[in-house]
Amino acid sequence: MELDASTMTALWGAVILSGIYHGVNPGMGWPLAVSAGLMAGRPRALAKAIGALAVGHLLAMLAILLPFSMMTALISWQKEIRIGAGLLVIAAGMYLLFNRSHPRFLSRVRPSRLVLWSFLAAMAHGAGLMLVPIYLGICGAEAGDGGHEAARELMGQNIASAFFVAFAHTIAMSVAGGLIAAAIYFYFGLKFLSRTWFNLDMVWASSLILVGLFGIYATLRGH
Amino acid sequence: MTLRPDPTFHATAQLAMQAPVENYGFTVMLSPDGSQPDGIAVVDLNPKSDTYGTIVHTLLMPYTGDEFHHFGWNACSSSLSPLSGHAFLERRYLIVPGIRSSRIYVIDVKDPLDAKIHKIIEPEEVFAKTGYSRPHTIHCGPEGIYVSTLGGGGKDGTDGPPGIFIMDCETFEIIGQYEMDRGKQDKHYDFWWNLPQDYMVSSEWGLPPQFENGIVAEDLLSNKYGHSIHFWDLRKRKNIQTMDFGENYQMALEIRPAHDPKKSYGFCGVVVDTTNLQGAIFTWWRGEDGTWQSKKTITIDPRPEKAENLPPLLQGFEAVPPLVTDIDLSLDDKYLYVACWGLGEMHQYDVSDPMNPVLAGKVELGGIARGTKHPGGGDFAFGPQMVEISRDGKRVYWTNSLYSTWDDQFYPGQEGGQMVMAHVGENGGLTLDPDFYVDFPKGHRAHQIRLEGGDCSTDSFCYPNV
Repeated sequence: MELDASTMTALWGAVILSGIYHGVNPGMGWPLAVSAGLMAGRPRALAKAIGALAVGHLLAMLAILLPFSMMTALISWQKEIRIGAGLLVIAAGMYLLFNRSHPRFLSRVRPSRLVLWSFLAAMAHGAGLMLVPIYLGICGAEAGDGGHEAARELMGQNIASAFFVAFAHTIAMSVAGGLIAAAIYFYFGLKFLSRTWFNLDMVWASSLILVGLFGIYATLRGH
Repeated sequence: MTLRPDPTFHATAQLAMQAPVENYGFTVMLSPDGSQPDGIAVVDLNPKSDTYGTIVHTLLMPYTGDEFHHFGWNACSSSLSPLSGHAFLERRYLIVPGIRSSRIYVIDVKDPLDAKIHKIIEPEEVFAKTGYSRPHTIHCGPEGIYVSTLGGGGKDGTDGPPGIFIMDCETFEIIGQYEMDRGKQDKHYDFWWNLPQDYMVSSEWGLPPQFENGIVAEDLLSNKYGHSIHFWDLRKRKNIQTMDFGENYQMALEIRPAHDPKKSYGFCGVVVDTTNLQGAIFTWWRGEDGTWQSKKTITIDPRPEKAENLPPLLQGFEAVPPLVTDIDLSLDDKYLYVACWGLGEMHQYDVSDPMNPVLAGKVELGGIARGTKHPGGGDFAFGPQMVEISRDGKRVYWTNSLYSTWDDQFYPGQEGGQMVMAHVGENGGLTLDPDFYVDFPKGHRAHQIRLEGGDCSTDSFCYPNV
């Protein structure tokens, strides 16, 4: 497997872009940061809320990526794992596309428990799954660079990658969400909130399907 | 599901006040003896329209004997809750329960002039899925549509306490009981909440045998109607504090929290103090230690009256009690409107300081042993009752019926359904519009009013005013 630097850059770019995408989606929590800032009457509460949402999101990413990083140790099954992951992500997308009712358990979470809320929201919407094909692509690329390494070493490397991917994604997500929240809090006011709130349900579900297809395509093409 | 939030959803009460004004009102039509079906009257509220101030569409139900009372929307500004993440419901359906039949109608009012029944939930389904009966107040909230009930199970609704149940806000399927720990709560009436602060407040009228066939004077005089309000941890579904106003404060009915969710106070109207026949308003608030407190902040005195002018029920008292049956708070949390259904008066209090309300305006209309006529010349049966305020706070609408059997006891021999409107002055004050007088079709009385696009007793706001 020969991989050039541009593929690697593109994969990391996808990690960052998906972070921005999750960040601007109101479903991942930026309106909560606006609300927290306004209820407390100070911007520090807004920043604190963004922090709490980031922790929850990061945990949700790791909860999905780490099991896959363990599986990548099975080098001889790599292709099957990547195709299986792609199918899983597509299935999640299809489910969200056709089952449009929203998970009611999210509304049982207290407004003060932002970490838990963010974790559950990310899990319920398959936010972590969206990263899996990209992540597996990065793992495959790294393995390709170093030739045939010991499974143990590779796994260690892939676990480290999972952390890097989850961190980079979450930072991008928090910056994007934080910027929107701050813009509404400081400049535009709450009128902007309902005006910019688009229904991303279909787009979101389609993104999952698209990312899954991409993962399978890349695997079959040998990347 | 829509692509953008419904334009009638507003993040704050302030934004709702700046929104376009109402063009239509929806008012309950009640057949007091159950001889005709109940219905919804669509009233034209656009002053530029040729049909302004008239009923432009009437939707009658396929059954009789429902007894319509209160109703509400399938979705409101609470959809913009930052916790929901999906603000894409439409404010399109009115959820209208029959408090006598326990039947619930879902009415599609997307085109108000072509309002039609979307779904009917039969009483048996309500009983089977909730164990409650006699559904009453509707609010849309975090887990769907919340419906308070006045009765428990069994024929007379006394088998178990009444409570709240939840309906799915898209399919209108009944999900089940709300309460996980109801504490001392054993009666029910109204409820409302503060969504970001995650608390709910509920109130008490009486059990079905205490109201269905008329007010039970012995129960009232022995203080057996509700006199407590309950504070709930909304998402834990747990009663965290029951506050007893004192047993003489009979019928603690309407709960009106401040609309700005940053504030932790609200009001509750008490129909009658049995020690002196006064009407009373309590202000409730969260104290610094986190517990709930309350104080009586408004009292309204009865009016002495010769026994011969009074209905039999009141002759022994030789007085007209104010009977505070409904209250409503303007979206800026500035004016509290208090309907004195017995006296025949609508009061406007400036509650900028919620602990020290000041009477700012007053209108006389109808009333026991007074029967003040409308300035337009029409009769006003009974007294001012269900009150609704326009979002901008400039117009106040009200109707006249309390509850079929109670109307007949307090106003024997009277009949009619009227809806009127008063203008609010720049600095308070209340003046009836002589030209706005809706006389309901013969045989129907008028009860709660809902305004197109939301009003002051439906929408829950999730962000504080700035």
